[in-house]
Amino acid sequence: MLVYLGKRLVYTIPIVIGVSIVCFMLVHIAPGDPLVSVLPPDASEQLKIQMMAAYGFDRPYYEQFFKWCLRAIQGDLGTSIATGRSVTGEVLNAVRNTLLLAVVATFIGFFFGLLFGFVAGYFRNSAIDKIASILSVIGVSVPHYWLGMVLVIVFAAQLNWLPPTGAGPGGSSEWRPDWAHIRHLILPAVTMSVIPMGIVARTIRALVADILSQDFVPALRAKGLSELGIFGHVVKNAAPTALAVMGLQLGYLLGGSILIETVFSWPGTGFLLNAAIFQRDLPLLQGTILVLALFFVMLNLIVDVVQTAIDPRIQRS
Amino acid sequence: MLTAPPLVDIQDLKVTFTGGPKPICAVNGVDLALERGETLAILGESGSGKSVTLRALLRLNPEKRTKVDGRIAVGGEDVLALKPRELQAFRGRTVSMIFQEPALALDPVYTLGHQIAETIVKHNGGSYADAKAKALDLFERVRIPSPERRLENYPHEMSGGMRQRAMIALALACNPKVLLADEPTTALDATVQIQILLLIRELQREFGIAVIFVTHDIGVAVEVADRVAVMYGGRIVETGPIRDIIRRPRHPYTIGLLKSRAHDAMAKGTRLDAIPGSPPDLANLPPGCSFAPRCKLGTPACTEAVPEPVAVGEGHEARCFRTDQTAAA
Repeated sequence: MLVYLGKRLVYTIPIVIGVSIVCFMLVHIAPGDPLVSVLPPDASEQLKIQMMAAYGFDRPYYEQFFKWCLRAIQGDLGTSIATGRSVTGEVLNAVRNTLLLAVVATFIGFFFGLLFGFVAGYFRNSAIDKIASILSVIGVSVPHYWLGMVLVIVFAAQLNWLPPTGAGPGGSSEWRPDWAHIRHLILPAVTMSVIPMGIVARTIRALVADILSQDFVPALRAKGLSELGIFGHVVKNAAPTALAVMGLQLGYLLGGSILIETVFSWPGTGFLLNAAIFQRDLPLLQGTILVLALFFVMLNLIVDVVQTAIDPRIQRS
Repeated sequence: MLTAPPLVDIQDLKVTFTGGPKPICAVNGVDLALERGETLAILGESGSGKSVTLRALLRLNPEKRTKVDGRIAVGGEDVLALKPRELQAFRGRTVSMIFQEPALALDPVYTLGHQIAETIVKHNGGSYADAKAKALDLFERVRIPSPERRLENYPHEMSGGMRQRAMIALALACNPKVLLADEPTTALDATVQIQILLLIRELQREFGIAVIFVTHDIGVAVEVADRVAVMYGGRIVETGPIRDIIRRPRHPYTIGLLKSRAHDAMAKGTRLDAIPGSPPDLANLPPGCSFAPRCKLGTPACTEAVPEPVAVGEGHEARCFRTDQTAAA
């Protein structure tokens, strides 16, 4: 197992290098001038060149890339062009907020997804199954930014139960575990949980139905196991696939949703990314994308390792 | 002779699957009795109702989509009347089962040792460690080489024959009175088949359990059984001691079945004597003898009523109106 873990870690190195190259290049390939947001429209040619040199944009790409990598390894992702603040600080702050939202949304989504999935899989073609299936199809197909707006209209504007936007009272982006902050979390988290709920429910339903149709289930019954005991076997059989799907969903959520964070003005990575794109803030954009990409790599690694630990059929070599 | 009731007593068992658009009568009035330590082979082709009969004994047919009538008693217990908890205690302890395809009937994500120990803990209580020790003992008895290591194996890490041995060990874990074997050698290589058959026969004697063995292979039935019940269209058409059935079959279906075997001495170029036609549609059974449409000896009377069993020898019965004609055959 340890050997496997080591190997798997080594495999991530080329992925990380590839990811950083793509992150870097992507931003440079995109059209537009990064200095447009800081320079006045009537800036002189000389000032432009001066600024380009100050940010290092006049150097060849490979040189910029190596410098960027070298500093990134030391935890320095440069300075935001628009705000002049450290990109690392901005990104970490946004990541914290996104993580919080993602974890809460994950809990809600996975809890109901698993519940609906297992119930629907166990009672296939019953009324409960149909309701659960309809809910999960709606969950996957409804555009979540639209759902977010509807929820804001109903629960914030009409009923006035919950705040419509922001992460805390007075636009504070510092999280505190008090009711005022939790209130801000509810609407975006619920909105965000709908898609993973639907996907998890559908996956689990199909999985459970497939497992229950396998020969070992009557065999378990034949040896006298209770339905609860059989359920344990079903869960362990479903776990590897379920974990893979859930890990992927968690990855998407951790990546933050530009749409949801924008609808709710949630100061997370999606919101940050959105701002960076519109302001052509290259260092901020690169830094945010890199951190998010690394998240995915890490998450895939964790899912792979956990899956291998659970499912004996996956070769460890 | 004996007045005690048989260990397994099935009377007028009818199993109907109601899930589809038309009810399917898989078993239509089966009477079976099995004594302690006896081995009975149920012989029949696919769809004859042999596996369904076996599953009915453990109530493994999906309850919602199945209608079961008649009486099944094992050791005096009325199986069809058992409450869920009693049924759980009954399954695996009084009656246990070996499945056709051990690769599918074992849970792929648990070790074999765990699957056996789990059953022992469930029925006998006690610690998991004790159950593991018992599992090791069972693995030795079914002659799995290096049993300590094999207990920690997952099903996919073993060969077909070893898996079936493990399945047998699992079935014997709680010293059942009756062992049901649903074509346990069909999925195995010919050489492994013989080993498994010999093992089952040996363990059956050693443990003194009664065995019901379902197969479509007469050769297998001859190898293991004391008595044979031939099933066709959900009914037992002929039953008797294995020797009598092989030497003096009296039901036209059994006769056809024996003739259609490829004997080792069969001359090259001779045609195999197959039974014409195909098995009956269980959703639409003919009113009379279900074999009548394929039977060489069929008369109009055969298509009107179902024949009752006729005694044709010591413990040998055939459900046929024309047993007078089959004696010479």
